[in-house]
Amino acid sequence: MLFRKKKNLNEASLGLKIGAIFGILFLHVPLFFIILYAFTTEDKSYQFPPPGYTLKWFSIVLGREDIWNAVGLSLQVALISTLSAIVLGTLAAAALFKASFFGRDYITLLIILPIALPGIITGISLRSAFGVAGIPFSTWTIIIGHATFCMVVVYNNVVARLRRSSPNLIQASMDLGANNIQTFFYVILPNLGTAILAGGMLAFALSFDEVIVTTFTAGQQTTLPIWMLSELIRPRQRPITNVVAVFIICITFIPILYASYMTRNTTDTDGSSK
Amino acid sequence: MIKALELKNINKKFNETVALDKIHLEINDGEFFSLLGPSGSGKTTCLKVIGGFEQPDSGNVSLFNENVTDIPPFKRNVNTVFQDYALFPHMNVEENVCYSLKIKKIPKIEQESQVEEILSTVKLTGYEKRKPSELSGGQRQRVALARSLINKPKILLLDEPLGALDLKLREQMQIELKNLQRQFQITFIYVTHDQQEALSMSDRIAIFNDGKIEQVDTPDNIYKNPKTAFVADFIGTTSLVSKQLAAKLFNYNSAFSIRPENIKINNEQDSKSEFNAKVVVTDIQFQGSYYKILCKANDLTLTTLHYVDKQKTFKINLGDSLELSWNKIDITNIND
Repeated sequence: MLFRKKKNLNEASLGLKIGAIFGILFLHVPLFFIILYAFTTEDKSYQFPPPGYTLKWFSIVLGREDIWNAVGLSLQVALISTLSAIVLGTLAAAALFKASFFGRDYITLLIILPIALPGIITGISLRSAFGVAGIPFSTWTIIIGHATFCMVVVYNNVVARLRRSSPNLIQASMDLGANNIQTFFYVILPNLGTAILAGGMLAFALSFDEVIVTTFTAGQQTTLPIWMLSELIRPRQRPITNVVAVFIICITFIPILYASYMTRNTTDTDGSSK
Repeated sequence: MIKALELKNINKKFNETVALDKIHLEINDGEFFSLLGPSGSGKTTCLKVIGGFEQPDSGNVSLFNENVTDIPPFKRNVNTVFQDYALFPHMNVEENVCYSLKIKKIPKIEQESQVEEILSTVKLTGYEKRKPSELSGGQRQRVALARSLINKPKILLLDEPLGALDLKLREQMQIELKNLQRQFQITFIYVTHDQQEALSMSDRIAIFNDGKIEQVDTPDNIYKNPKTAFVADFIGTTSLVSKQLAAKLFNYNSAFSIRPENIKINNEQDSKSEFNAKVVVTDIQFQGSYYKILCKANDLTLTTLHYVDKQKTFKINLGDSLELSWNKIDITNIND
């Protein structure tokens, strides 16, 4: 007999399942090692299995001021660049979605470009632009650099939401007696709210662990990812880096999980991977 | 009779496209009035001008003898049911229906009793807490109606409200809409491209074509006495005979339209009528209770009906020669 068993077409084949499991392991096993070596007693090299386990690195990290300065700077940069990205990205989305004018497609492309452009290009061009304009490096130059790609994430999310919404919603609200301000607060904002929030959280996570653009725009300042890079060069007290990495995993995981929860059942979380 | 709506010389252009061209229209209070036309004929734009969503380039819009041309939509006593319903997706049925009452700051207790009443009118009691995404097309339609009717508007504008529903549901909603209109005794202005819908529901119809109104009349008058070739062709089935052809074949000095039910298929023993044509059958379409028969003779194309009768076995085949006839009283002269 040619067909011995009826195959369920919805079920994945064994090969595909094994492949998927390997894929997931490949992506997540390194994370496990990071967490594991945050507890090791050996401070110079990564030997497996770790000779012993300790929590002392956590207390050392708590006492190191340079780490907390870096964390503070990173949070400040991520927060301000996300907020400005929310304002600019939402406004740009609203404008480009509704209006039609000559060159609209080019402006859309220019807005999306920073996320497609290699960070090193964005970094170099910003650095030389700051140099030409005579702007000294400061927290604000980092924020400007981060805002360029944070804005794209918010813009993409909001545009996707606008595309899925009925164009008649605003008219319907006006029809039912609401004026412009009431329409904005009762209809437009609640509808875009989750898209803006999801975009903002992704933007925050992107900004928080950005290295390349930051390297070019930070001057002498140290954000958390930059501190980690410089720490890796020094061979002493390696597990400290791992402890900080565990912190970063936690901090970036929460907003990303929340963003995907907010936009569940939708497919508009664009630009979630840079 | 009270005039619910008057449009005077309305013109509207989108870039270079003329959407509305010198529109004059008067609609009486309590009428079920349809704007009927093919897509792109300007009927929806006309509705948006009435609702205040589009500003006409020139002309006047009056509601109950009050000029409202420059008044924004939220200050007009008119409500719209949108083609895609435009229900607020983040609100449940109750909140959607309640929206205008909330805006008007009507006390909560009164809001609740009004919502309850209108939901029972549109048979949606029990669905208060559902989101629009959890409703079927017909139910969404009812929510949209309830949301507009709770305002007690003097005029309700409906933009192809049944377009998204399947045939059975559409027929059922047609009856319900008509009942609602009788119950609330308000003016309905109904945009549709479905001539069957317009004919069966309306008190009067305006036929739109290319931004102009071709004819305004009652359904049976529009069907029996179409003024232009477009109207004759758009409403129901018709055979159009051009002025040239009419002169050559029938010695008649005007273009005319003839409905298929008025064309008789002659048997040999029948007496001669005023118009006779020898034709060949080119297509036969089964329509249930009758056959639609398309015939041709040189440039002349005629459509007639043949009713199916169990007793008779009068059979027509493709390619048969038939003799068709009709009288002068059956035809409508049109401007060619």
